[in-house]
Amino acid sequence: MAEPATPRFLRPLAAPGAELGHAITFDAPLGLDAGRSIAPWTCAYMTYGSLNAARSNAVLVCHALTGDQFVIGRHPVTGKPGWWTSMVGPGKPIDTERFFVICANVVGGCMGSSGPAETDPRTGQPYGLDFPLVTVRDMVRAQAALLDALGIEKLLCVTGGSMGGMQVLQWAASYPDRVVSAMPIATAARHSAQNIAFHEVGRQAIMADPDWRGGRYAAEGTQPSKGLAVARMAAHITYLSEAALQRKFGRELQDRAEISFRFAPDFQVESYLHYQGSSFVDRFDANSYLYITRAMDYFDLAADYGGTLAEAFRGARTRFCIVSFTSDWLFPTPENKRIAHALNAAAATVSFVEIESDRGHDAFLLDEPELFAAARGFLNSVAQSVGA
Amino acid sequence: MARSLRPDLAAIAEMIPEGARVLDVGCGDGQLLEHLKTTRQVDGHGLELSQQNVNACVARGLAVIQGDADADLHEYPSQVFDVVILSQTIQATRNPRAVLDHLLRIGRRTAVSLPNFGHWRVRLSLALNGRMPRTRALDYPWYDTPNIHLCTIADFTALAAEAGADIERALALRADGRTHPMRSDAWGPNSFAEGAIFLLKPRQPL
Repeated sequence: MAEPATPRFLRPLAAPGAELGHAITFDAPLGLDAGRSIAPWTCAYMTYGSLNAARSNAVLVCHALTGDQFVIGRHPVTGKPGWWTSMVGPGKPIDTERFFVICANVVGGCMGSSGPAETDPRTGQPYGLDFPLVTVRDMVRAQAALLDALGIEKLLCVTGGSMGGMQVLQWAASYPDRVVSAMPIATAARHSAQNIAFHEVGRQAIMADPDWRGGRYAAEGTQPSKGLAVARMAAHITYLSEAALQRKFGRELQDRAEISFRFAPDFQVESYLHYQGSSFVDRFDANSYLYITRAMDYFDLAADYGGTLAEAFRGARTRFCIVSFTSDWLFPTPENKRIAHALNAAAATVSFVEIESDRGHDAFLLDEPELFAAARGFLNSVAQSVGA
Repeated sequence: MARSLRPDLAAIAEMIPEGARVLDVGCGDGQLLEHLKTTRQVDGHGLELSQQNVNACVARGLAVIQGDADADLHEYPSQVFDVVILSQTIQATRNPRAVLDHLLRIGRRTAVSLPNFGHWRVRLSLALNGRMPRTRALDYPWYDTPNIHLCTIADFTALAAEAGADIERALALRADGRTHPMRSDAWGPNSFAEGAIFLLKPRQPL
């Protein structure tokens, strides 16, 4: 295994001065659930804070579908702040002055880790659809290999929202002895039919774009930007709530006093979605979007344990804190509560917090003081219990 | 801990063995759980209806789940807790008998504290005023109260018998906050105790 290097980014850097993080390339193959393996493969990651002498203060943050390893600080590709600056940082609930925070770009991603946009070492061409399908368990397996390489045996906490929360659950199920505590947020132990349906709309939008070229757009010098933007627009609606959209935009018109009787965006909510779509394509790879949404669709933790979710956590000594938000209809409270009940049935130590918010699924990324109080209290008590 | 423990909670705490695995149903803001954790090193868990209270518990590092005793207890496996606690909560449940059955199933012991509606002042208030009594502990009008299943000490001991529970210990709670052991079938406490605390054990182990 090579020493950590600087990751290679497929997109132009908007903020070349920003910290680029690290990447480790593994020669040993990464076996995948699809029955194939990739080798050599790369894991790009960021760390924040410092590991203590006992190596007992490591916190793994798992990112969501369109997130990446740049949790805080300036993002090298977008130039914008990281996606979880409200939760992570000096003095924040996940305090980087106290904890060593690690976040890795998931396998299948497009921010330096091996994925469909990276070069296939066998052909010298981008993988495209030749990249094997990945699962949430594959993502976690890759992270475990990274931690082995970093010499970190135990994680004080694994946390993340949405698909990040799925990885948290998978971590607790796959590596119970390595996970002291787990804080899955706004997530589910299986992707619902409705969520699979939304993902399929997004994938079809990408694949319907003539510039997608059967996934070979990189080799052919095109970009399915329109399709990816539509996928993002549709998905973005699911991250918000009806109330939040109404409060933010209502029926307000954009840059005009009257409706135009044309199909150009009249409403503010339309131009907002257009902006979300067009800014997304500058930082995300369309094929990665296909792969990662598929990984989420395939996630069904109970299925790996004979259909009983509690079995996934049998004998767990990991402490859990599960968080949901009242207006999240993508990963609603009952899905999160189902995890809490399964943990109860497995006699695990579990807290469950439902936070009042009208901001939908995205609430986990936003300024939610109750979330911060719960996370702070939970992490404090876990850290105290192990003397970290 | 700065706050002093409510008298019935202090009496319950006395009944909990060191290091026990405890479930506090209706744990409020976690006062008892925190006390048990620090003084008796228990493995404490809580179930609480109010989200605000749950959040307060989690912020204090307690393992508490938002949920409803009436709806969620069936999710708990049998005999996993050494002691299950139900303090000043049974009178607010929709189905006290079902809740008690679950507690007896989930825990090897069940500690219950309840206000005594048989207290002479309650009786006198109803007799003299002809209106539903309002007490210090239960100061709600009849039409707007969470306490929908009030009972007397005698009522509860009858329910415990019906549910197949043995009463291992019974304490009368006096107005000044002191507790003293009582015979659960005695006439005196049913009229003179403000409340009672019982430690129950299922008659036949499940």
